[in-house]
Amino acid sequence: MAADSLTFIFLNAAVINNFVLALFLGICPFLGVSAKKQTAWNMGLATTFVMLVSSTCAFGINWLLTWLDIQFLRLICYIAVIASAVQLVEMVMKKFSPALFRALGIYLPLITTNCAILGLALFQTFREYNFLQSLAFSLGAGVGFTLALMLMAGLREKLELAEVPSVSQGAALSLMLAGLLSLAFMGFAGLGGSHA
Amino acid sequence: MPTLPNQEEKVTLDTFLRGLWEENPVFVMLLGMCPVLAVTNSVRNALAMGLATTFVLLASGTLVSLLRKLIPKQVRIAAYIVIIATFVTIVDYTIQAISLDLYNALGAFIQLIVVNCIILGRAEAYASKQRLGATLVNGLGMGIGFTFALLCLGAVRELLGNGTLLGLQVFSDQFQPWVVMILPPGGFFVLGAWLLLFAWLRQRRERRLLEQQGASVHGR
Repeated sequence: MAADSLTFIFLNAAVINNFVLALFLGICPFLGVSAKKQTAWNMGLATTFVMLVSSTCAFGINWLLTWLDIQFLRLICYIAVIASAVQLVEMVMKKFSPALFRALGIYLPLITTNCAILGLALFQTFREYNFLQSLAFSLGAGVGFTLALMLMAGLREKLELAEVPSVSQGAALSLMLAGLLSLAFMGFAGLGGSHA
Repeated sequence: MPTLPNQEEKVTLDTFLRGLWEENPVFVMLLGMCPVLAVTNSVRNALAMGLATTFVLLASGTLVSLLRKLIPKQVRIAAYIVIIATFVTIVDYTIQAISLDLYNALGAFIQLIVVNCIILGRAEAYASKQRLGATLVNGLGMGIGFTFALLCLGAVRELLGNGTLLGLQVFSDQFQPWVVMILPPGGFFVLGAWLLLFAWLRQRRERRLLEQQGASVHGR
């Protein structure tokens, strides 16, 4: 597989260099909303959607900034655009699909501070992806994020019934679980280079 | 937060110490986990990240605190983010100028300081309500607390994963490095272990307190 083919970029973002388990992006929602499978699924969908939107916007902005030769404003522009994209998505969704809007609730605005979104925009800029590659990359990242969230939620739902020592309840146990998942995902490294 | 809204706090030693231990951003409040896990594969990276974050925390806190009466409430979050992003851009270019090595090792995580929830959280919950002095002292405490947490992780991971500390050989050549420690899973494991340790210490202290009061200790 060529390193710049769409399939490879998608697979690379989804499993080989999974955003959560290999690159540590978006740990807060990963630990925060992974208690139930249903919320995890909704969060994953919302994040994937925002990723697609902001990746498209970031592509346009980077082109504009490069054209004007003011790349030092990139970070400020990206974060402003992501915040407004999230706001826009929220308004559009409220108008056209109130049911989905209610299902996502508070998670939608919180996506602004998810570092996976900004990280995605920065990575695609560093690697100079073209438009289609950016789309494949953001889709892969979204799928990978949802996958990690769902796996974690499934494990945590099982663990609720298990007896664990009182010291290890809460965050410590979640982190150990995440470590095990991350260890498992390292197995995918053989699919392609471990280049981040 | 113990401070009530719109109530200006007097600067005490506690303003500073709170961030170090009692409200440690990483170990107690579990904020800003992404850089904590991602850049702590060596002590040097951890230290650089801690210092960079502390600088942004102090600089953005200063501006937010000085402008707290001028920023309209409705657009405050957007204003804070733009302020933070400005200082992060400065840090980004500074690190790139000082050490390209370090810049490449930290990667996108310097720019990702923008979305570190510790900084926005401090701006929203503290700097926007307090005087400059209190903000600086509190921000410094939080920054040092964050750096301390990063160093805790960085030291363990570098020692076990590479057998070195700050690049100096600690173990003899016989030592077989635990490579997994400097790989992603190691970050999760070491942070989990530190949290376990702190939870154990806290429980032990509570149990001692109960014993001193002569209460019976059941279940725990």
